[in-house]
Amino acid sequence: MTSTDTVLSLEGITKRFGKLTANDHLDLSLRRGEILALLGENGAGKTTLMNILFGHYVQDEGVVRVNGEMLPPGSPGAALKAGIGMVHQHFALAENLSGLDNIRLGTEGLFALGGKAAARKKVEQIIAESGLEVDLDRKVASLTVGEKQRVEILKALYRNVRVLILDEPTAVLTPQEAEGLFTVLRRLAANGLGVIFISHKLGEVLSVSTRILVLRGGRKAGELVTADADRRAIADLMVGKAVAEVKRTAATPAETLLEFSDVHLRRGSTRESLRNVGFALRAGEIVGLAGVSGNGQGGIAALISGLAVPDQGAVLLYGEPITRADPRALVAAGVARMPEDRQHDGVVGTMSVADNIAIEEVRSGAFSRMGLLDRKAMQARATSAIAAYDIRCPGPDAEARLLSGGNVQKLILARVLEREPRVILANQPTRGLDVGAQSEVHRRIIAARDRGAAVLVISEDLDELFALADRFLVVHAGEVSDAGPSDRLDRGAVGLLMAGQAA
Amino acid sequence: MSFRLEARADASIALKLLVSLGAGLAALLLVAIPVLFAGGSPFTAYGLIIQGAFGSMFALSETLNRATPLILTGLAAAVAFRARLWNIGAEGQLYIGALSAVLVGSGLLQMPPMLLIPTVMIAGFVAGGLMMIIPTLLKQRFGADEVVITLLLNFVVILLVQMLVEGPLKDPLSMGWPQSVPLLAEAKFDKLVPRLRMHWGLVVGVAAAILLWVLVRKTVLGFEIKAVGENRAAARFAGIPVDATMLKVALISGGLAGLAGVSEVAGVKGYLSADLSPGFGYSGIVVAMLAGLSPVGTVFAAVFVAAVFVGADSMSRATGISNYLADLVVALSLLCVLIGGFFLRFRIRYERAAAPAAGA
Repeated sequence: MTSTDTVLSLEGITKRFGKLTANDHLDLSLRRGEILALLGENGAGKTTLMNILFGHYVQDEGVVRVNGEMLPPGSPGAALKAGIGMVHQHFALAENLSGLDNIRLGTEGLFALGGKAAARKKVEQIIAESGLEVDLDRKVASLTVGEKQRVEILKALYRNVRVLILDEPTAVLTPQEAEGLFTVLRRLAANGLGVIFISHKLGEVLSVSTRILVLRGGRKAGELVTADADRRAIADLMVGKAVAEVKRTAATPAETLLEFSDVHLRRGSTRESLRNVGFALRAGEIVGLAGVSGNGQGGIAALISGLAVPDQGAVLLYGEPITRADPRALVAAGVARMPEDRQHDGVVGTMSVADNIAIEEVRSGAFSRMGLLDRKAMQARATSAIAAYDIRCPGPDAEARLLSGGNVQKLILARVLEREPRVILANQPTRGLDVGAQSEVHRRIIAARDRGAAVLVISEDLDELFALADRFLVVHAGEVSDAGPSDRLDRGAVGLLMAGQAA
Repeated sequence: MSFRLEARADASIALKLLVSLGAGLAALLLVAIPVLFAGGSPFTAYGLIIQGAFGSMFALSETLNRATPLILTGLAAAVAFRARLWNIGAEGQLYIGALSAVLVGSGLLQMPPMLLIPTVMIAGFVAGGLMMIIPTLLKQRFGADEVVITLLLNFVVILLVQMLVEGPLKDPLSMGWPQSVPLLAEAKFDKLVPRLRMHWGLVVGVAAAILLWVLVRKTVLGFEIKAVGENRAAARFAGIPVDATMLKVALISGGLAGLAGVSEVAGVKGYLSADLSPGFGYSGIVVAMLAGLSPVGTVFAAVFVAAVFVGADSMSRATGISNYLADLVVALSLLCVLIGGFFLRFRIRYERAAAPAAGA
């Protein structure tokens, strides 16, 4: 089974959690110089498999071999020693140390003086070979997300890894940064590294990988050589059924429902600051807001969410300026808000599904009377929402923390769309969701538009914006420019505006 | 052979009871060790503690009398901790409540008991509540740490009380003892049983526990408190007024501690002195933690802690083993309960090595 260039092989891995079988006799092999894409919906077993590989979980059956040698189960130390490195979605970097110190951290002893020069030499050599350009002396806190990711990869390479695993590496990158990462990965693979690339995005999987392994429900759903694969076939493998293409008819915009008029927002950070922003959302249209993360999307979202009011200028809802930061008033007025970080801002994990569906309107007559909760109404609403939005959970009383990301998003959709809102803010509506859940969310958003709602979609995924938006806005450095109807745009034009250049 | 931890999705009621029982047993076993060192028999010692706490009508009355302030301070801690508002200042709020009771109830107002007792209670509640609102406002406005402020305010309040009972409030008929003028008879709580010390404060405590249970389980405010405590960001996003909710919690928490002070003055002592509370405010934190912040559980935890202290006193008199044993029992119970909580969150799985580990 072990040929000379097979660097990693997982054989018959099975892992059960109670009644759930997360991995069911999975086989995986990785050769030197190969980029293997690991694809699958949320809950398909990707994370469990990687945790077993790393010794965080002990498999019930099966073995992990690195270079033909069996790895003792449940030993992260052994996995590291054997040359397995992982770059997580959430970086594990010390923000107040320089890039170089982060790379050395944990590899060298506490009192290893003088090793720094040697370390720098080694890291610089790795940079030269791989093209992972980073300023090694700057504190990590001041690096961009893309640079932090490069530090993480350098950290792994510095430890002489033979297998590099990247968990959703492009979730935080611009299209250009992602392209740069792919170039690096191809070069690393050419130098003999084995790469496992975990992703949801079919486009990038097709462009960077050499082989694709699709998991579904803990089993191998299929294995394809990338050269022979196409988008459609992979998507069908992932969800196990043909994915319905989301169809969008032409928009018929009507009256203006929400308008930003010369809005200024001054914040300590540039992430949320806005300058002279003006645009309008009309009934029956979906407007896409494109932009590199951190250029002011947060400010626009905060204003529409009722978490802030402009320092200057006005946000007009149905022609009336919003004067108080009061989410409840906006909800009552028919504004639906989907938070950017749904796990953090969207749900209270230790409260039930029913509580989380009712939370925005708990003071309203729908769910309470004279300060007392109407549990029956909450329960009834949750039961119907679970059925209508296909929220996979044990029941209305289950804690929200038990739900997967896609189901949390469905819960939020159920919470905000059931009221038939007139204005909808969809902030990163499908980030981290699998293909099946994505098209479900898109379908709901388009249906709301067809019902006459005005929708603003904020997304870092241009494919998503092109799939949804009737019209584009682009935000850069706190200023918003109108890019016009989406059918007259292409990715290149939007990309230039995102970079701050006039089209 | 190795073992590892896995997070539990949920713990059943049976398991929770089992773990609580196990924690109690473990604490008793641990305390048996020093008892043996002191030359006593653990069985005798525990028997005497139980007898001393519940063995007679008098013992029971003493235990419940001791439990009364602990119920109220326990509830004060429980409601605040639920909202992640760390009120360590119940001791000071208790004294402020007692002080207000004396200010209002020692002659300032003349009313029949039907009116004066509620007035005194409201005064104590509001004063205790305001005492907690100050640090909460400082936290909201300036990001000041409420743990530090509430803790230090305890000393400020106790010194203030000392100053008052030595000076302006000093009872001229107290033969020089530093104690305040007494409450009017109309302001005092009746005894529940003649000639026994337990008083209506116990009823107030139990009623407060039930009301708090209703608040937590049935009301919109309880819902909002939970949301604010468990995930402030999500609560804010969903439109729950986080700061206002925290202030309400502060008022309730400080108010309950203030009521404990009223209850001690109106039900037990009849006057204010600087030794009114032997740390009821701090013990309330232990009580709340033992009860897992459950309002109804707080009543039982308060009775347990009170019984240990009252019983240990009588055990100590009979056997000569120090009554510090009570502190040991309570402290170890808390540790065992906290460790038990770990078993509720995680499942321990023993694993035989699945395959012989190949040497590299």
